[in-house]
Amino acid sequence: MPTQKTLAVTGNTLVAEAIRQCSPDVIPAYPITPQTTVVEELAKFVANGRMHAEYVNVESEHSAMSAAVGASAAGARVATATSSQGLALMWEELHIAAGLRLPIVMFNANRALAAPINIHCDHSDVMGARDTGWIILFAETAQEAYDNTIMSFRIAEHPEVLLPVMTTADGFITTHSIDRAQIMDDETVAAFVGDYEPENALLDFGKPVTHGSFAGLGGPYFEFKNSQRMAIERARDVVKSVGAEWSAITGRPFGMVETWGMEDAETAIVVIGSTAGNARHVARGLRAEGKKVGVVKVRCFRPFPYAELAAALKGVKAVAVMDRSESFGAEGGPLFLEVRSALYDLDERIPVVDYIYGLGGADVKIELIDRVFADLSDIASGTAAPSGLVYLGAR
Amino acid sequence: MTTIRELSHREDLLEGGHRLCAGCGASIAVRQVMLGAGGTPVVVGCATGCLEVSTTIYPYSSWKTPFIHNAFENAAATVSGVESAFKGLQRAGKIPADKKAKFIAFGGDGGTYDIGLQSLSGAMERGHDMVYVCYDNGAYMNTGIQRSSATPMGAWATTSEVGSVGQGKPQRRKDLTSIMAAHNIPYVAQASISDWKDLTSKAEKAFAVEGPAFINVFAPCPRGWRIPYDSTVEIAKSAVTSAFWPLFEVVDGEWIYTKRSVTRENRKPIEEFLKPQGRFKHLFKPGNEALLAQVQTEVDRNFDHILKRCGL
Amino acid sequence: MTWDISKIDEWKSDEFPRGAVIPDSGNSRDYVTGGWRSQRPVRDDAKCTQCLFCWIYCPDSSVNVADEKVTDFNLNHCKGCGVCAQVCPADAITMVPEGCELPEVK
Ligand code: SF4
Ligand code: SF4
Repeated sequence: MPTQKTLAVTGNTLVAEAIRQCSPDVIPAYPITPQTTVVEELAKFVANGRMHAEYVNVESEHSAMSAAVGASAAGARVATATSSQGLALMWEELHIAAGLRLPIVMFNANRALAAPINIHCDHSDVMGARDTGWIILFAETAQEAYDNTIMSFRIAEHPEVLLPVMTTADGFITTHSIDRAQIMDDETVAAFVGDYEPENALLDFGKPVTHGSFAGLGGPYFEFKNSQRMAIERARDVVKSVGAEWSAITGRPFGMVETWGMEDAETAIVVIGSTAGNARHVARGLRAEGKKVGVVKVRCFRPFPYAELAAALKGVKAVAVMDRSESFGAEGGPLFLEVRSALYDLDERIPVVDYIYGLGGADVKIELIDRVFADLSDIASGTAAPSGLVYLGAR
Repeated sequence: MTTIRELSHREDLLEGGHRLCAGCGASIAVRQVMLGAGGTPVVVGCATGCLEVSTTIYPYSSWKTPFIHNAFENAAATVSGVESAFKGLQRAGKIPADKKAKFIAFGGDGGTYDIGLQSLSGAMERGHDMVYVCYDNGAYMNTGIQRSSATPMGAWATTSEVGSVGQGKPQRRKDLTSIMAAHNIPYVAQASISDWKDLTSKAEKAFAVEGPAFINVFAPCPRGWRIPYDSTVEIAKSAVTSAFWPLFEVVDGEWIYTKRSVTRENRKPIEEFLKPQGRFKHLFKPGNEALLAQVQTEVDRNFDHILKRCGL
Repeated sequence: MTWDISKIDEWKSDEFPRGAVIPDSGNSRDYVTGGWRSQRPVRDDAKCTQCLFCWIYCPDSSVNVADEKVTDFNLNHCKGCGVCAQVCPADAITMVPEGCELPEVK
């Protein structure tokens, strides 16, 4: 019988709990703000014999992901965590982990990238990894970070998928704030996650295999990339079905996207991560004034939920995308590019405006979101033309 | 000490049919090192480089052991992950607690002295039960003979060119073996493919220790050194007899010189090592006498330094 | 394990083992590099002292040994480098020019 306990804890504490409950065999760890308390918690669990994992104090994030690749290919369940510069340093290895089809689970505390150096939240780090072949989940709250982390192991290790999963939460905002959340009992999580049965483990000495071969010089590199694409496409259904299963146990919903007020919304904000809460708060106020506004939160960024977004936004008169990262020189931020592409196949053309906000932890004030809805209302009523990209609140 | 006859009963863990150049020193190094495993199951990791690419061209692999290539700079970290998985899975009860296995990483000098040094240093410091073997051929051979920090002083390479101003690599070599000894790990050795007895016995010791071991193996590259491909072993031999590449080991901090027949007094002049190699031919041109003398001084200084540490 | 790759050129993307894994380590035994050779080693059994130096120095694992004795060369793999002839202390190996009968190269 699943038993949940309600706690007041930080997102990082919950993520560390989730990792402990999923019993990885190896944890390569390197500290970086604001991920640090996750690896500290895990070190305590190991020191206290509460986890069987081999904890590897690597000398860099590059080696963290390198060791993760080795351990995963060896047949172990592997978890690690990072943030910002650390994720950037792993870039090469992220591609390799995905290309070798290794179901590594990594938590990322979303943080800005230098320069100038900055330790606060934005999504530049994760968005920089969006084309690496990882499945990417974003959490709005500590609760969701906990749930996503548990589901990540199931998704990654699913035989139809076998891809690494990045489970993320907003640095400081979610990782360090104390929040109310429910934690599931260990047995229920263990049963939900199950055992990892690797297919081509290095440590299966009876059947020696070669990992990391050279497929150039006319080799089938192209075919391997095609099969990787097929796998992440199959992951759509797996993310949904694993979400439905965990939802049945916990009573919490886990769609690829989460909608609020979209049944009859005329204008909507599309947003990722912790700001979804702010957006809903403003939307609630506007609804009370009779304004038909809605909010769409994207929980799964890779694979990107095109169909779900198009379905949610169909019929609205104007859409604002809130991007907490840049794609310098592109028409908008990464989320904007995806959302506009998702809407392209709809019969009617919906105006979409991109708002870059909150970079390096810049305050996401309620008035700023008020302004976004006000802009949308003007566009929807035809009193203003859709603007180009807006740096929301920048001087 | 295992005799060559005894060694011949051990399985050759590197299969033929790989695509290394004829006469390559890397595969000679691998074969001799792997004979040292003596039957214990081994997982091999390899840094990007000639050895890796030539032995694993899809769909063919020359490794009869489990094998992993990850990237260029991280063979040590990768194999440390495999070794950690072994421990973690033993603790999880998925691998029997009494099961024995060995973990070995190979890297060239580019992947070890240069881009992989941090990863190697970290893995050694963490104390993983693994053997790291550098096959040192003194340049980035896989990308076309670019200089590395292992390239000898005065050597031509495609990024330390010889011209009206440049006369090959102006800098001294990095002494990687000593750097590894400074990690205070149980076993460090310097060996050469030419001295199979010395190398296979060092490999046996490296596999036998609990914890990290490092072997730096001199492994000539006929293509990069501009030598005929039948002279790989001969040239390695003259690196040893000229004291360009002294053979020694550091066992729990104790330095031991293992090639007692080569001394300060009877070491051959460095010309014997340099002259047959096209990459040094400019050193023998008029005007480069001083540079040649400097190379000899450098070799003697290094040799003296090692002998002193070995108490000789 | 033996891994049948005879039809590999017809495989569809999702028919390859995932992640470019080669599930049959050591299968380069089936890859012929003997065609690289311009000269082949010939051993004179009368001169040979069975010191096994040629075996331990061959870069291509191509000196076959059974019962502590050199039997022959694996000409599917031997690249004709001549290292064996160089290291032989008994001058028992001669490199002779390769004729035109080359093994079929895959
Ligand atoms: S010629 Fe070279 S490859 Fe052939 S058997 Fe002799 S050493 Fe080996
Ligand atoms: S090296 Fe020469 S003498 Fe020794 S085993 Fe080989 S062929 Fe015989």
